[in-house]
Amino acid sequence: MITVKGFWQNFRGQKEAPVDSEKTAVLSSPPLPTNPAGDLQLNITPHEPLLTYVQHNPGIIDLDQLKLESPAITAMREAGVRLVVPLVSQGELIGLINIGPRRSEQEYSSDDFKLLADLATQAAPALRVAQLVRQQQLAAAERERIEQELKVARLIQQTLLPQSLPTLAEWSVSAYYRPARAVGGDFYDFIYFANGHIGFIVADVTDKGVPAALVMATTRTLLRSAAEQLEDPGAVLERTNSVLVQEIPPKMFVTCFYALLNPATGHLRYANAGHDVPYRYTAEGVVELRATGMPLGLMPGMAYEEKETTLAPGEYVLLYSDGLVEAHAPDREMFGFPRLQTLLAAHANGDTLNDFLLGELATFTGPGWEQEDDVTLVTLQREKIPEAGGGHSGSNQPIAFNVPSAPGNERQAMRRVAEVVGDLLPATRLEKLKTAVAEATMNAMEHGNQYNPDQPARLKVFLEETAVRVTITDAGGGAPVPKATAPDLDAKLAGEQSPRGWGLFLIQSMVDEMHVRQDEKQHTIELVMHLADKQET
Amino acid sequence: MREETGTFFAETRREGDTAVIHLHGEINSLADAALAAAYEQAAHHHPAQIVLDFTAVDYINSTGIALIVGLLAKARTVHIPLTAVGLSEHYREIFTITRLSDFIQIR
Repeated sequence: MITVKGFWQNFRGQKEAPVDSEKTAVLSSPPLPTNPAGDLQLNITPHEPLLTYVQHNPGIIDLDQLKLESPAITAMREAGVRLVVPLVSQGELIGLINIGPRRSEQEYSSDDFKLLADLATQAAPALRVAQLVRQQQLAAAERERIEQELKVARLIQQTLLPQSLPTLAEWSVSAYYRPARAVGGDFYDFIYFANGHIGFIVADVTDKGVPAALVMATTRTLLRSAAEQLEDPGAVLERTNSVLVQEIPPKMFVTCFYALLNPATGHLRYANAGHDVPYRYTAEGVVELRATGMPLGLMPGMAYEEKETTLAPGEYVLLYSDGLVEAHAPDREMFGFPRLQTLLAAHANGDTLNDFLLGELATFTGPGWEQEDDVTLVTLQREKIPEAGGGHSGSNQPIAFNVPSAPGNERQAMRRVAEVVGDLLPATRLEKLKTAVAEATMNAMEHGNQYNPDQPARLKVFLEETAVRVTITDAGGGAPVPKATAPDLDAKLAGEQSPRGWGLFLIQSMVDEMHVRQDEKQHTIELVMHLADKQET
Repeated sequence: MREETGTFFAETRREGDTAVIHLHGEINSLADAALAAAYEQAAHHHPAQIVLDFTAVDYINSTGIALIVGLLAKARTVHIPLTAVGLSEHYREIFTITRLSDFIQIR
């Protein structure tokens, strides 16, 4: 007895396909000599009498002799098929060879039958191998497609997350984001306002992968545009919701917490669209920053409650996503809000909070944890006021100056920095710093400011106890800064690469430390020369 | 022969079978045309080598490095070796970091 599983697998293109009476396989053969017009298309159902016949009667079927009727058999006869040769591999029917009448118009001989039987015996295993290879290829292509989609989702998410953290006097901000394998829709964002206020956003899009990433991109844009026009956090969420609700695919929504901080006073105004309630650490205990509101994109015409508070020195606020609180231990226990609140109460230092929580999470989930959802943590700490008379503040006021953006003006920057630094650095190290300053200033004037004379390169020189620091800032925020890599001189000499592209590499080679910071408005490169190396050269 | 642009000029002289390019001023993007012209003159009679004299150069930026790379690439296609003289200690180090010193003899 022959099984027909392989036959169905081949035409369904899937493994272990259940034979489903609703579906039919379309079997296509090249045109026969009597029917040269087109392919022979056969609709074969799982109950096809021909298949049942083949299962019980292995061997070549002469259609003229066959006492069976079905639409497929009729179609084959009409197309001029005389012989049907089953291809059987390891007991499974994997295909049929349909043969028309002999060209000589004579009947098929017993020699012909033997030849065809031999051919079928030889061809069947080869066809089976080809089918298996094809199945493997389809499976591999599917895996690759899923992997590619994850890559795209990750890329979208990474592109949209802030490249740098806000740097504020008396505040420290830290952010942590780790996507789950399937890439959820978490994101966070910082919005900088001209009056010095800063908006903090943490949000979570339902769904995963590319759809979530696209909704995330839209939401981020809507929030930013609403925040630029409206001040009140409640109004920002309301506006975002009213637009998003028209755009978002059905069954998707976004939870979002938005807070607006005045760093000068610690005054924080906030509104919440159904997001996990942030916590505020105070000396008296941990409190929730509650404000009511529906998630974004669910229903039109939603209003969002707005609350306010003032963060005192030494206090911090933790914004987070459900990837933390909904993580599970091996025994299926959930991390949960009470645990988080207890942990916060015992941890006064917001600067180290993210690492502390991640350590606790790792202990809780145990090794080999498959992360279920994205984990996002954003901590905003107002620094403690130092005790009176206790120690010194290391950084003096910087010496700041601007250089108009025009070709060649980097020499001005070199000269000024050299004047300020003087003999704090030995001559050879000063030369290096000058070269780095020149290259960074050139980049700032040319790439950051597009040589716009109204947009100067802004330089600050910090003379500190252990180091000289120079920062160079331009108006070229937004686009990410490429990493400095060693240019390939061989490729350049062979004409395979542009002879240019030495700037960042030179800067990095010249200084002890190079840091790049950037937000959507500006881009700053910081060059550090340690004074401890003074004796070396 | 003297080629001049911006804050840079170059003079080419023949000394036996050697061509010497005396470079003056700043090697930056403005030096491109003058440096290219000086090289063409120096390479014209296919000298045994070309010497680049940096004694009077006070500034080379990354674009200047790119110009020297371009010049070196051209010289290598016609098998004329390059030698650099008069580089300050600082620019010698830059030639080492950029590996130009692997292809240009430094004296």
